[in-house]
Amino acid sequence: MLSCERVTELCSQELERRLRLPERAGLTTHLLMCSGCRNFRRQMRVLREVARGYAVGRASAEGTNDPPAGPAIRP
Amino acid sequence: MRPNSSADAEQAIEGVAQIGVAALAGLRTDMLRFAQLQVRNTEVAEDLVQESIEAALRHAGSFAGNSTLKTWVFSILRNRVIDYLRQADRTVAASTLVGDGEDWQERTEHLFNAHGAWLSDARPVSWPDPEEAMRNRQFWIVFEACLDHLPDASGRAFMMREFLGFETAEICIQLKITTTNCHVLLHRARLKLRGCMQSGWGAPELR
Repeated sequence: MLSCERVTELCSQELERRLRLPERAGLTTHLLMCSGCRNFRRQMRVLREVARGYAVGRASAEGTNDPPAGPAIRP
Repeated sequence: MRPNSSADAEQAIEGVAQIGVAALAGLRTDMLRFAQLQVRNTEVAEDLVQESIEAALRHAGSFAGNSTLKTWVFSILRNRVIDYLRQADRTVAASTLVGDGEDWQERTEHLFNAHGAWLSDARPVSWPDPEEAMRNRQFWIVFEACLDHLPDASGRAFMMREFLGFETAEICIQLKITTTNCHVLLHRARLKLRGCMQSGWGAPELR
């Protein structure tokens, strides 16, 4: 059984490379049982989405009135 | 890229008039923060922003609204930052960047127990809707503050990857590190950023 710490590494690395089969199997098994890591994994995708939003200038100095600038780029 | 003829200059002036001075100043502030986070040098950041705005203004007439202009001017700026970082000797080797490493061990001790399982107060909880949050100025203030607190090396790797779309392989080359180290840096950055976002924005009591 993989540790949560190891699972967080895999959740980051799956954004960089294709995980090997045993890694994927270990990850899937762990996620079935661990809500903390499930949240973590979802949040890795959110961070990517947010970072991409930031890089297209969605952070607005004028407050909340500005409509989002175009569609957000999806990972 | 500076206006190199009077026609260009005229177009730029017309562009300013169309967008409005206040909107332009706001845009400039946003761009400066974005550039500053990555080049970590105020003068360079200002130059990159200035050049990008000038380039954008020369075509400002073709934009329907500020949002479109902003998206476009940011894409110009991103390309300038990429060019800047790619130039020889501009990216420093990760080994010379300070702040990573020493506090790392200590950091993970606050997250995981000896078996690598989440400590109960560090266990990730579900976050509010990010789309909704991204329309909120406060959310971005937290995000910027969290980015600013990343250690230099991992922050650099993260921003190259997520803001500028560098492939991991190129980040390794630019920062003169192995692929494994690159993955470690990105993991650290994400772990730290996630923790920071959770306390600044995701924590239910702060919503």
